[in-house]
Amino acid sequence: MPELGRAALIVCFGLAVYSVVAGFWGAHTRRRRLSRSAQNALVAAFACTLVASLVLFIALARSDFSFTYVAQHTSRELPTPYKLASFWGGQEGSLLFWLLVLTGYSTAAVLLDRKAGRELVVWVVPVLGVVAAFFSMLVVFVASPFHTQLASLDGAGLNSSLQSPYFQIHPPLLYLGYVGLTVPFAFAMGALLSGRTDERWIVATRRWTLAAWMFLGIGQLLGAKWAYEEVGWGGYYAWDPVENAALMPWLAATAFLHSVMVQEKKGMLKVWNMLLVMLAFSLSLFGTFLTRSGVLNSIHSFTEGSIGPWFLGFICFVVASSLALLFYRLPILRSKTKLESLVSREATFLYNNLLLVALCLTILWGVTFPILSEAVKGESVTVGRPYYDFFLRAFGLPLLLLMGIGPLIAWRRASLSSLKRVFLWPTAFALTVGIGLIFAGAGSSTPGLIAYTFSAFVAATIVLEFARGTAARRSLSGEPVPQAFVSLIGRNRRRYGGYVVHAAIVLLAIGIAGSSAYNTSRSARLAPGDSLKVRDYTLTYRGLTSSRSSNAIETRATIDVSRGGKQIAVMHPGKNDYPIEQQVSNEVSIRSDWLTGEDLFLITEQVNGNGTIDFKAIINPLVNMIWLAGLVFLLGSVITLWPDAREERRLAIRYGRLAPEH
Amino acid sequence: MAAVFFVARPFLGRGGEEPTVEPAPERLALEEERDRALAALKELEFDHRTGKVSDDDYRAMVGELRRSAADALKALDAGTPRADVRGPQ
Repeated sequence: MPELGRAALIVCFGLAVYSVVAGFWGAHTRRRRLSRSAQNALVAAFACTLVASLVLFIALARSDFSFTYVAQHTSRELPTPYKLASFWGGQEGSLLFWLLVLTGYSTAAVLLDRKAGRELVVWVVPVLGVVAAFFSMLVVFVASPFHTQLASLDGAGLNSSLQSPYFQIHPPLLYLGYVGLTVPFAFAMGALLSGRTDERWIVATRRWTLAAWMFLGIGQLLGAKWAYEEVGWGGYYAWDPVENAALMPWLAATAFLHSVMVQEKKGMLKVWNMLLVMLAFSLSLFGTFLTRSGVLNSIHSFTEGSIGPWFLGFICFVVASSLALLFYRLPILRSKTKLESLVSREATFLYNNLLLVALCLTILWGVTFPILSEAVKGESVTVGRPYYDFFLRAFGLPLLLLMGIGPLIAWRRASLSSLKRVFLWPTAFALTVGIGLIFAGAGSSTPGLIAYTFSAFVAATIVLEFARGTAARRSLSGEPVPQAFVSLIGRNRRRYGGYVVHAAIVLLAIGIAGSSAYNTSRSARLAPGDSLKVRDYTLTYRGLTSSRSSNAIETRATIDVSRGGKQIAVMHPGKNDYPIEQQVSNEVSIRSDWLTGEDLFLITEQVNGNGTIDFKAIINPLVNMIWLAGLVFLLGSVITLWPDAREERRLAIRYGRLAPEH
Repeated sequence: MAAVFFVARPFLGRGGEEPTVEPAPERLALEEERDRALAALKELEFDHRTGKVSDDDYRAMVGELRRSAADALKALDAGTPRADVRGPQ
């Protein structure tokens, strides 16, 4: 069976290389059959990757320890869902998963899109082929998941921190995001290679970019939730390089999604958009490099490891070749239109872009500086939370404010009288909220107070946009309010879907500000019967219980929770001991108050031999706004992604994929 | 074998290379300009109706946008080639 997997990947590599060579030659010489053959090779590469993936899935499900990968990442006692999820748990499997998602996206992108003309697609295929060839080369020659060994009696098991339901969903979503950014990159390169720098590449990839961005956003939020529930330090984002690896391409993609609107509406920012899509894709490769090469453990493990140098070389190749191509095509990318006013919607999009890119590059520096320092000076340094928090506030708070300002300003230019009128109510509301919060005690944290005030401003803007839009729709159509509201969104999905996403960011900002600036934490050593007071909660430790699951010994402390003299909950923070993996994990206990959005977060940091526990209690105000933001973000993204049949048809006619209507 | 057949399939049909018919770049640029001007007009109308753009600003901008849209429509009607037919090199 491993031979079938290996053979499938070798064929996949051959097909990917063929799609590159035949694709470039067919596009250059306009040989349509050769281009079609190259496209078929890319589709066939997907089929081969699917076969290889099925082989690995079956081996994992059957605990076939003759596969080295299966033996290294699973055990007999591991529950089946985790066995299957181990597909992406290790380096070799995750690279195969990257290849599967990439060839799947490539197949869908070149077959399904009616808006991209043939003359663009013939160049897109070999670009996708280059990326596919690189990843298939890695899994064939450098990090194969199909190495075999003498079958052992049992495997090494799965890292205990990965034994969570989130492990089944978080990595696939992130990969759908990372890999999805290859599609807009390939279309952008196709546009440059073909010399066709009209908007078709943007129109063709709009949904692909949005989908990748959505998956990356949801994937990160799920990762934060996982860290919150599993890692057990009371927080959800530690500015860990692995976390930042997903945030950076998301920020670049966010900037891109905004600035393409300016190109579509004004024909401006063509070069900037090319740079952004290159940045987003390069960062997604860089993120994969960071998490897979071992460079984060130490620069030495990177140089001793196998895939790091290959990745670095490929990233350099991608960056250098795409920049060279952009430079070559600069003359035809120059825009005829200019920015008319610094007070206009396109100007606010530009400011938004600059802040997003600044934040992204700041995080990139924070991630790479320790690596560079160790490589150049041999010194190991850490860039900690204060660095990231400072720049998040410096760039993030103005970004939050711009989210409210942008929608209020018209395209092209806005007069002072218009500005005074549209800004009045949101500003008044925000100031009222800010002053009210000061009296309520929120003035203890200035950044927190600013975040809340700006959030109030943006929330007011969003509500006004929906209200005014619905009123305008009603005045045109005479529809009742609910119907006018629905048709408003239906006819302007990108705009109003975007506003829903902005609402999600507001919730996120409120949740982050509340839980980081206004949280309370207490620690104590407790013997049975002892109590700890945290704000208005009284926590009483009753004792320990122990039980056994299929692969762990579970120890739990019983904690009675009361408030105002009345018991409101019994919670069980504790530890899981995994004998096969020889690891102990924190199993926190969380009680969410859905009315206030607050969490009571309990951690048993240590179980002592005499029955006492080292115990920590944290109150995180408004933290559940963060998870609610995820649901609202998903809703907004789906609205924006929802296809508009009339618009699709109009664009397909414009770009020659459909005959014009007469 | 299936992969080889699938990759070779485009060469197995009869006949020579068919030329690619694509919208001519000049016409495409004009169509994009026309669509941009029409979309900007529609957006201006909507912003005016929702109170984001004052009457004075609306009057100042609507004339320019209507002229841009009219210019793009005239140029399209002037007979730029609809399609670009390119055969193999």
